Amino acid sequence: MASGSSEVEEEEQERVMLRDRPEWADVTPVPQDDGPCPVVPINYTEEFAEVMDYFRAVYLADERSPRALSLTAEAIHFNAGNYTVWHFRRLLLELLKVDLHEELEFIERIAAKNSKNYQIWHHRRRVAEKLGPDARNAELQFTKKVLSVDAKHYHAWSHRQWALQALGGWEDELDYCSELLEQDIFNNSAWNQRYFVITRSPFVGGLKAMRESEVLYTIKAIEAYPENESSWKYLRGLYKGETTSWVNDPQVSSICLKILSSKSNYLFALSTLLDLICHGYQPNQDFRDAIEALKIPDLDSQDLDIASMICSILEKIDPIRVNYWIWRKSRLPHVAQ
Amino acid sequence: MVNCRCLTKVVCGFDFAILLHFAFLAASFLLRLVVMVTVCNVSFMAMFTFKMGELVTDKHVKYILSVEKRKDDFESVVMEHLRMNGAYWGLTALDLMGKLDVVDVNEVVSWVMSCQHDSGGFGGNVGHDPHILYTLSAVQVLALFDKMDLIDADKVTNYIVGLQNEDGSFSGDMWGEVDTRFSYIAICCLSIIHRLDKINVEKAVKYIISCKNMDGGFGCTPGGESHAGQIFCCVGALALTGSLDLVNKDLLGWWLCERQVKSGGLNGRPEKLPDVCYSWWVLSSLIMIDRVHWISREKLIKFILDCQDKEKGGISDRPDDAVDVFHTYFGVAGLSLLEYPGLKPIDPAYALPVDVVNRIFFKK
Repeated sequence: MASGSSEVEEEEQERVMLRDRPEWADVTPVPQDDGPCPVVPINYTEEFAEVMDYFRAVYLADERSPRALSLTAEAIHFNAGNYTVWHFRRLLLELLKVDLHEELEFIERIAAKNSKNYQIWHHRRRVAEKLGPDARNAELQFTKKVLSVDAKHYHAWSHRQWALQALGGWEDELDYCSELLEQDIFNNSAWNQRYFVITRSPFVGGLKAMRESEVLYTIKAIEAYPENESSWKYLRGLYKGETTSWVNDPQVSSICLKILSSKSNYLFALSTLLDLICHGYQPNQDFRDAIEALKIPDLDSQDLDIASMICSILEKIDPIRVNYWIWRKSRLPHVAQ
Repeated sequence: MVNCRCLTKVVCGFDFAILLHFAFLAASFLLRLVVMVTVCNVSFMAMFTFKMGELVTDKHVKYILSVEKRKDDFESVVMEHLRMNGAYWGLTALDLMGKLDVVDVNEVVSWVMSCQHDSGGFGGNVGHDPHILYTLSAVQVLALFDKMDLIDADKVTNYIVGLQNEDGSFSGDMWGEVDTRFSYIAICCLSIIHRLDKINVEKAVKYIISCKNMDGGFGCTPGGESHAGQIFCCVGALALTGSLDLVNKDLLGWWLCERQVKSGGLNGRPEKLPDVCYSWWVLSSLIMIDRVHWISREKLIKFILDCQDKEKGGISDRPDDAVDVFHTYFGVAGLSLLEYPGLKPIDPAYALPVDVVNRIFFKK
């Protein structure tokens, strides 16, 4: 039973009310029971109300038929968030042995109009699960399509992560992340996916093995846009569980120095340097010179130690988070009172 | 009297009457000072409020009550199946504004109960399948009205326990969708009905921790991007199970306070737009980990107030957008967390007014 094509035709023609369709003549629609005084009563368009009245009739009668399947499609078109309709549709798909590849197409059509909807993604996963490895390319393609419209789409990323783990397709994922980051280096979702790949892909050697190349990649990204929160966080994440390696890696401290010396967008460079110092890093005179060269006005000259100075600067240049930086200063390991 | 005597001994040579006279002058001066300070405080508050804008409470109450007969309103149409959530948002917002009494308790309660299934779970509306989302909202609404005695706790517990998976995670319903949102919902709901011990708490916590990311935040599933909404759910669940020690509060606190953008609003992830609903997700998380002072309170209040529709009532996701009940609730709840005057305090973990939570746990 084709679940897709009949709906497409109907959309193109003018819609006929269910009460005017001969194939529905035997059904008495069941109106919404809002009770005598509805709590949060809803107003309906007439067409939507009718579709739901008929759906309620087949749902209560538990009619599992092709026309019921078509009806769920119409109900979903009106309101893709109605989880009861999706639920019933799944029961029908099962019983009527619908071609699930066509169902994937149906879902894609619905998603085109309202993709920020848990039910669509959940339904898609159920269908893809049933198809198994066969669905792999379809799922990666589908999520890619959605992400091409909204590259930070949370559901799409969540589904893609599931698809990779359940169905495979890891080989090209890192390249895909690079592609997205090239379009928007600030895309936190793409950075997160990158981390997902290097930590979980069976095709890479794990975090440690990937660290060298990933550090190079990330440093380049930081150099291009030092105000990018995601890249700095990613850099830190590359040393997960090995803080000493992070503190001692000259690439980390030198990128901080480089950004500081550029005197532009140095907030995260400063906060990273602060973190390094708190973990035992001892900055040389170059750092002090670079900070002094920033010429931050009205700095408390009492801050002789570099970490306190950094905190004072951060209080000034990131005033909305002044309390955080004050707290950081109070927690410095060697605050001279 | 004793003091006066001591004073006269010390301040020798002073006439006692003159001393009393000075004492009286000092007292009246002090009294005038107190009055002046009070007046100054009041006018400062007035100025403060004026500068920040004000919360048009009455308009919001009217708006919430009016979320009904609106023809051809797509938003109304799509909310039919989640009316239980809508009821929770609207009613909790009303309660925070001290206006829950404008609603008919019996009507609401009978409608809520009519949404319950034999399994113990509640649907989003009459005739809808049960789901963990609506089960929590139903229990919360009943708690608002102090109708906890209507809940068959064993039945609801059964439903929720049946949704816990082997790895400790929770599904939303029989179809198996897994998300840390459901972990929070399960734990919050069972905690309210005093049945938290019926699930495997250890495994539930373990699963939540498996969703912790290297930035200190939490996602929907292991490896999922840190997102303020998911963070609220995970932190809330950990708070309610006494497991906040497993959170790196300093790291997460920083991630959360980085959500505040120049306009004062909060976003849910790096480089995203601010949205009023994050005034709840981010804020309650910060409060639960005791780091709320790391954001600018004043700037956030101003942002939320700017999201009001001061003519028609209601609050939107960001200034000048269309309002809805969801954002109205989160805006009011956020302001309550920020101790905005005139609102009842709200519990950050249970997302219910504090007096309701107290009633749940201390009422005999």
